Amino acid sequence: MTAEIEYTTLSGISGPLIFVEGVKGVGYGEIVEIRDKSAEVRIGQTLEVDEDRAIVQVFEGTSGLSVKDVRVTFVGRSLEIPVHRDMLGRVFDGLGRPIDGAPQVITDNLMNVNGLPVNPWSREYPRDFIQTGISAIDGMNTLIRGQKLPIFSGSGMPHNLIAAQIARQARILNAEEEFTVIFAAMGVKFDMARFFIDSLEESGVLTHSAIFLSLADAPSIERLITPRVALTLAEHLAFEEGMHVLVIMTDMTNYCESLRELSSSRGEIPSRKGYPGYLYSDLAAIYERAGRLKGINGSITQVPILTMPSDDISHPVPDLTGYITEGQIVLERELFNKGIYPPIAGLPSLSRLMKDGIGEGRTRSDHAQNAAQLFASYAKVKRIRALAAIVGEEELSELDKIYLRFGTAFEERFLRQGDEENRSIIETLDLGWQMLSLLPKEELYRVRMEDIQRYYMPQQEVQEAASCRL
Amino acid sequence: MLTGRVVSVNGPIVKAAGLRGIGMFDIAEVGRDRLIGEVIRLVGEITVIQVYEDNTGLRPGDEVTSSCRPLSVLLGPGLIANIYDGIQRPLVGISEACGHYIKKGIKLSPLDTEKKWEFTPLIEAGAEVNEGDILGEIPESPLVMHKVLVPPGLSGRLTSIGAAGRYTIEDDLYTIENGAAPYQGKLAAYWPVRKPRPSRSKKKPFIPLMTGQRVIDTFFPIARGGTATIPGGFGTGKTMTQHALAKWCNADIIVYIGCGERGNEMTDVLTEFPKLIDERNGRPLIERTVMIANTSNMPVPAREVSIYTGVTIAEYYRDMGYSVAVMADSTSRWAEALRELASRLGDMPAEEGFPPYLATRLAEFYERAGLVETLSGVDGDISIIGAVSPPGGDFSEPVTQHTSRFVRCFWALDKILADARHYPSISWIDSYTEYLHDIEGWWKDLDADWLTIRAQVMAILLEDNRLQQVVKLVGSDAMPPAQQFTLFVADMIKNAFLQQNSFDPVDKYCPPEKQLKLLKAILDLHTTGEDLVRCGATVKEISALEVVSEMVRLKSEVPNNELERIDDYRKRLAAGLASLKEKIQKG
Ligand SMILES: Nc1ncnc2c1ncn2[C@@H]1O[C@H](COP(=O)(O)OP(=O)(O)OP(=O)(O)O)[C@@H](O)[C@H]1O
Ligand SMILES: [Mg+2]
Repeated sequence: MTAEIEYTTLSGISGPLIFVEGVKGVGYGEIVEIRDKSAEVRIGQTLEVDEDRAIVQVFEGTSGLSVKDVRVTFVGRSLEIPVHRDMLGRVFDGLGRPIDGAPQVITDNLMNVNGLPVNPWSREYPRDFIQTGISAIDGMNTLIRGQKLPIFSGSGMPHNLIAAQIARQARILNAEEEFTVIFAAMGVKFDMARFFIDSLEESGVLTHSAIFLSLADAPSIERLITPRVALTLAEHLAFEEGMHVLVIMTDMTNYCESLRELSSSRGEIPSRKGYPGYLYSDLAAIYERAGRLKGINGSITQVPILTMPSDDISHPVPDLTGYITEGQIVLERELFNKGIYPPIAGLPSLSRLMKDGIGEGRTRSDHAQNAAQLFASYAKVKRIRALAAIVGEEELSELDKIYLRFGTAFEERFLRQGDEENRSIIETLDLGWQMLSLLPKEELYRVRMEDIQRYYMPQQEVQEAASCRL
Repeated sequence: MLTGRVVSVNGPIVKAAGLRGIGMFDIAEVGRDRLIGEVIRLVGEITVIQVYEDNTGLRPGDEVTSSCRPLSVLLGPGLIANIYDGIQRPLVGISEACGHYIKKGIKLSPLDTEKKWEFTPLIEAGAEVNEGDILGEIPESPLVMHKVLVPPGLSGRLTSIGAAGRYTIEDDLYTIENGAAPYQGKLAAYWPVRKPRPSRSKKKPFIPLMTGQRVIDTFFPIARGGTATIPGGFGTGKTMTQHALAKWCNADIIVYIGCGERGNEMTDVLTEFPKLIDERNGRPLIERTVMIANTSNMPVPAREVSIYTGVTIAEYYRDMGYSVAVMADSTSRWAEALRELASRLGDMPAEEGFPPYLATRLAEFYERAGLVETLSGVDGDISIIGAVSPPGGDFSEPVTQHTSRFVRCFWALDKILADARHYPSISWIDSYTEYLHDIEGWWKDLDADWLTIRAQVMAILLEDNRLQQVVKLVGSDAMPPAQQFTLFVADMIKNAFLQQNSFDPVDKYCPPEKQLKLLKAILDLHTTGEDLVRCGATVKEISALEVVSEMVRLKSEVPNNELERIDDYRKRLAAGLASLKEKIQKG
């Protein structure tokens, strides 16, 4: 390491970047300390170094800095944070510094916030079913321990309520271990963070949670570090302490906007909608930190939340996220407007790890077919509704009308549930069969004959079951 | 050995000075960790190097060395069942050396240097040999007989060759002399990744690559030695299709390249393939598979190389006379790596930030596919199947567009089908193949009417597509009975034939004979049903027949070795329809 020299040779400031001249022996990606007149310390990182100049991004932003009075020291290592299980029950800022009044946890276990890529050979394929108690998730888009399953939402929709419900209710069947929750907030309002903290507190989860807050009033560049800090602690807890960690990150769209800001202040050639061409790789470096490792008990399950600008799923942020994560839970404006909670869209939602986590010995042997049939039948409902909008419902065939009734029942009874309601997987699957039993048997071509014989209900029973539920 | 120093670092792009004499694509070792990099540009005194490992902490002034060798792949026995990163570093070895995470600066031989291979010479010392000649063989895996060949470009007198016995890849095995210094051959040799391995000539492909996936084999077949692309938005089924092909296609060797995609998907291959048994030979699928995994969180530049590493390995087995299938998932991530590096180099972008040379690079890559006469005079082939991940699922973007110019099969994935969980979501409207006539002969040997049957079924689907436009406006009940029946049969084709669940224990793989039989059953329904409708039967009466509703389950309920049950079914179908006809004529 070179001796720590202080440089006062700023040649310029642009957005979150400062340019330092005449520097010698500075490494790429190293941490930089920046002191202004008041001697307040800000943290930065080198983005580009050549023989006598370094470009530095300042995580706390450059506001208030001037070219003249700034002193810069290159620390000679990458950004590290202390990690320890005592960090549970605590609240930190976006860079991992305590903001709950209590002192920094003392430990000499420092970890690089960027982590290291997991060797694909060393991964353990995730297979354990997590019961969230939410039918739309458990039945049709099952969450698996070690999965990365984002919620794609739109402004005003109840993604936080859903995430909090998952955090409270998530259970592994036949296992005692509870989830440790890590919550990372990027650029969200204080109320939202407060809601989350309160909800964890009420259900007694807060004592084994850690909260990282980079709120809307924090410098936007800080958000680039927040998810990394949170995941660094998660990796320690999961892979060194053997815990099962659920990481909720909100809002990834704010994160991506910060990255866009940084990229444009560097004058990089933008790709779609001004986002940098490396947005995919950058997001992958975050999302791929979920998973399980061979021979280690712990796991990291990620539920990132993002809002789709104008509800557009093809916007680069949801699009690139969907290309990296193992499925997505999509919230739908139409269901939301009908007052259905949770407004989880029936078709575009998907869980890719579901296949190995369900079925005989895990949930129930009819699970996969049950879900596939619900998806297929609901897709047909959507087509018939489009037709009904043109020809009018009266003109529809008998069968089409039956489908419409199925569609309504599916939304009102299967999807809809209370934000405190915790359904077991068996309840969810039985409810699925009740829905399917509204359709004639011949229409159920995705389920096995034997399951029809076992679970298909005569019409009368369906009606009865419906009335006792209402 | 040349020595220079770093002058600047911008992400993985490093500029160095003082390396006069270094060549394009030579390997350089950079900094204290001796990170592996490749020379990608020479500008006056400055050498531009792309570094294949995380280079955080690298400083101007740090040393750069090079022994002026091009970036290469080590080819020899031991590739099969192995898994590598983009620059052929063995992931198993890395995990043994440094645990669960990939640390930088690790240098390991891609092939086991201690393992002894059972070598049998097939030629005697003293013989005149030419490039590509077979010197001997090694059982590399129970499925792969590894041929030891005279390296390309070499010929002369074989002055010595090892006796039958056990050798490591580092043992001297044979000597070839041709006036110049004698060539000391071993079991393994390096080959530059960016340079295609030579063959005698390219031939026209004529055998289908059977995949066991009905929509592909029947409607959009690819030939052995052909090229195909699978474009589709996220979650539409690219990876599942690639996995299904890697499992069930009838190539001899599979090279699976996970290029900038998920770690867990590689783990899935790694855990599943050793357990899955190939029905044709009773052996685990892993025994014919080589994996390259440069997942999305691994260094981006190595992603750019990974597809060349993969295809070079494929060429190596092709040269032994094998049929090799290469899966590249996803070529879009490769193109993005190219874009990122180009942008750091300050290259002028063409469309959507991609460099102008994107199209050429894609063309060069797909050109490495083909059926060839190898240097040893036998046939060998490489089929390349590349996934494309268009932003927003929009096929008008540059990677999809350029790729479609260089491949001859286009398997377009349809978001609407995927949303309805109709998998594989390969659109029967937007997809195409140019191999139909090349491979027609093979199918005709199975059934002389294949082409006609296929065309009849396709015609129903196209008619359905046209009628759906009307259905959208008036509903199907308002259509004439004959058209309603066409819609019904088209639905049957979709559900009983096109839709194929990769997780179904039976239907995950469908042999060509079964594909044919299912098609015939559907056509029976179509022909006889049309007649019934003309006699006044309603579609409802036909669809309500137990035997008709059974059709949709044939694919998964008739095991692949009891195909005569479909013949029985056809008889029962005929009987069922006949009795309906009788009833109608009476009533
Ligand atoms: N043939 C199939 N049979 C059954 N399920 C399928 C099939 N194809 C796709 N699926 C389902 O669709 C999901 C997504 O498929 P896949 O992972 O192949 O998508 P993809 O196109 O590779 O997406 P991405 O671009 O995000 O990688 C799978 O997890 C599986 O549930
Ligand atoms: Mg994929």
